[in-house]
Amino acid sequence: MSEWFQSLYVLRKMGYDDIEGFSEGRKVIILISMFAILFLTSAVAIVMGDYKISIFDVYLTLLAHFTPFYEVSDISSLHNTIVWNIRFPRIILAVCVGVALSIAGAVYQGVFRNPLVEPYILGTSSGAAFGAALGIVFPTIFPSIQVPAFIFGSLAVAAAYMLARVRGETPIVTLILAGVIIGSIFSAFVSILKYTATDTALREIVFWLMGGFYYATWDDVITIGPVVLISFFILWGLGWKLNVLSMGDEEARGLGVNPEKYKFIVISLATLITAFAVSLVGIIAWVGLMMPHAARMVLGPDNRFVIPSAAMMGALYLIVCDTLARTLTTSEIPVGIITSILGAPYLCYLLRQKGRVIFG
Amino acid sequence: MLKVRNIHFNYGSTPVLRDISFEVDEGTLCGLFGPNGSGKTTLFKCCLKFLKAHRGSVRMNGTDISGLRIEDMAKLVSYVPQEHKPPFPYLVREVVLMGRTPHLGGFFGVSRKDKKIALDALDMVGITELADRPYSQLSGGQRQMVLMARAIAQETPLMFLDEPTSALDFSNQIRIWKIMQMIAEEGVTILACSHDPNHVAWFCDKVVVMNGNGIAAEGAPSEVISEETLREIYGDICSVRAVDGVRMVMPRWIMDKTYGGIGSLTPEASAGMGMTYD
Repeated sequence: MSEWFQSLYVLRKMGYDDIEGFSEGRKVIILISMFAILFLTSAVAIVMGDYKISIFDVYLTLLAHFTPFYEVSDISSLHNTIVWNIRFPRIILAVCVGVALSIAGAVYQGVFRNPLVEPYILGTSSGAAFGAALGIVFPTIFPSIQVPAFIFGSLAVAAAYMLARVRGETPIVTLILAGVIIGSIFSAFVSILKYTATDTALREIVFWLMGGFYYATWDDVITIGPVVLISFFILWGLGWKLNVLSMGDEEARGLGVNPEKYKFIVISLATLITAFAVSLVGIIAWVGLMMPHAARMVLGPDNRFVIPSAAMMGALYLIVCDTLARTLTTSEIPVGIITSILGAPYLCYLLRQKGRVIFG
Repeated sequence: MLKVRNIHFNYGSTPVLRDISFEVDEGTLCGLFGPNGSGKTTLFKCCLKFLKAHRGSVRMNGTDISGLRIEDMAKLVSYVPQEHKPPFPYLVREVVLMGRTPHLGGFFGVSRKDKKIALDALDMVGITELADRPYSQLSGGQRQMVLMARAIAQETPLMFLDEPTSALDFSNQIRIWKIMQMIAEEGVTILACSHDPNHVAWFCDKVVVMNGNGIAAEGAPSEVISEETLREIYGDICSVRAVDGVRMVMPRWIMDKTYGGIGSLTPEASAGMGMTYD
């Protein structure tokens, strides 16, 4: 099996070349299996839902959209609405957000040389929360919630980065501290808005902060999809450089990787996709922290493998959590609650069992 | 090969390097020797452009490094840092493969050849059996050997080593020095910091002695590692003797005890000895 993979020119071109001891053939097989599992899970998730539609009808609807054999007009418009306009974009959005948060987490952990870092560390979430709260409290000034959430999410990180930049360098400790400072400022702003908001607005802010996919539409998918896809491939391609960066700035220099340049590139991309994800679906905790760990446990710490596997596991995790969120009870549960409830025990396990290996 | 000219460097207002100049020829194993705080590591960092020297120039292979990109520097000079601990449990083979980074191209660019070179480097240092261990779980000495292998895999004409033998046991110290000699014979120019005057005297082709932010002596070890130089940098605590023609630096106190000598032992000197020479 692995010999067959070795013969694939593409894989060899990408550096996935098996040579004694570098067991990369095995890792590539695991990556491909993960992709298959992700695909199957999505196929199951689309059948699940509050409104019962038979498996046959669900796939007939999909076939109508993807193949020329059936016409969309042949299908009941109710099925078409539920499957094609509600469930399907929701699953794709869960995949995009899962990928975004997981690779952002992997990248941040690598660059900050700290396995406990999560994508919100530089204040994206607080900034986005403030933007969203502004949109909710002042609907006349900000017609959408997502646009101000994205603007302030990115603004927060930019502010943290500039605050941390001293004499042409951005030391990690300063950067994380700057993130904490900016984050707490925006959290205070959110509190002010909550305090002054009406009851309805307050409820909406709280709900938004918990995160969820309830309003998923094709527009959301079209907004975030291409950005995540492109960032994913760029970051994946920088996987080896990320390994070198995680050895520290001086060593990265010694090995020919300009730390300032590449830190800027990868942090910018990771922040961009995090801000997109947060502004579309609110703050979903744990995914960005957990998935890179899970990926490292399965495939080791080499970021050429961590990034794709974390991406797929993150997507898988969010599909599962979101399917639970919309089917467990008759009303929706914010998915952030489920990711946390499922995630915390996992991290407890990690800490007790693998703590020494993973956290050093 | 390596030409350092009039380097000045301050940390804030504290001068650390004052007018440092020296040269190392191609294929020379040069030891950089000096007491704690004499600026050895700072000099390293200035030569590698981790720090920007306030004045002076460094030329490697005839090129002034101030104009070189980081990517090109890494093809010219490799660096073995003092022992450190990475946050992720990379396997030893992966850490050594990182040495190939400056030569990589393409999407990930790690080719079969690079992996071979990495494995050969492990073999050369004699730690093939560590290849599949997580680097973060090794002992300090083992980590130093891995970093040495990484520098070898980088295949640069110059190599800088910051106390490469500080955490090693006696046999591995000798082994690393022998490997450095071997690499130097192949034409690589090596600059290595060391705190052990004997190692410098036995293994190096040339020694640069630093003291008080400047250069105290420079030249062949047989001339430089002398009682006068050691007195200048450490105070009067060392004796240099030849044992069957091999130069040995010993604490004077041990000499006096062994050979029943008297007189030179002062209380201050005896207090300092145990600490400087272990």
